[in-house]
Amino acid sequence: MTERTLTLALMDPPYESANSTTALRIISAALQKGIHVNVFAYEGAVCLPLKDQMPHANPVKGTTVEQEEHPTTRALITSLLQIGDGSPLLNWVNCGLCVDERGAGNVVDGVKRGSPADFFKMAQESTNTLVIPTK
Amino acid sequence: MPKYLLIESRDPFESRDTAFLEQTATALRQRGHEVVVFLVQNGVLAVRKNALGSYLSRLASAGVILLADDFSLHERGIQPAELQPGIQRSDIGALVDALAQEKTKAIWH
Repeated sequence: MTERTLTLALMDPPYESANSTTALRIISAALQKGIHVNVFAYEGAVCLPLKDQMPHANPVKGTTVEQEEHPTTRALITSLLQIGDGSPLLNWVNCGLCVDERGAGNVVDGVKRGSPADFFKMAQESTNTLVIPTK
Repeated sequence: MPKYLLIESRDPFESRDTAFLEQTATALRQRGHEVVVFLVQNGVLAVRKNALGSYLSRLASAGVILLADDFSLHERGIQPAELQPGIQRSDIGALVDALAQEKTKAIWH
């Protein structure tokens, strides 16, 4: 069977837009189908795998961290990278200049640093490419 | 001939930008292309039968395939019986299948 690869370009920062949730759902579904996935995270999306993210309690509701079970994008991406650690492969590249601008270099293991040239190469070598821009 | 997969994430009652999607999908159909519109996030708010002036009935009449993400429908409390004719419940796996087809051009809006 011919191997298929999807490339996604993401731009939204975490906790801002439903776009991030949908993007992670697409990545998860593709990996479950055995489809390789490239992600090029651009602008605010480089903060999605930021290791410093912490789940929090909700003092308004009086819930603890454990009760709240606050999902962080870095935990979701860590799980996806574990699923995509071979075949299928999840290749996540953060835009280096976007990282430097935001001081967002402390990312989860498996996230690489790159440039828009990597996105161009990914798109050329993929079955299809989907750009999810900010509104 | 390429197929077109248009992904609509915007609420048509909030953003007039959705007219772009209707015009693009209709023009592509008129040129003989297969066009699928996948509604996700607030894009599904147009699917209700009772939605006045929804553009989706016009797209269905034009032969555009209309799919609505079940996760987004569920989040917004939209029941299957509320859907307009011509709109199919779908899921993110179907979107991935469509994306992974050769010669399919995908546009997120």
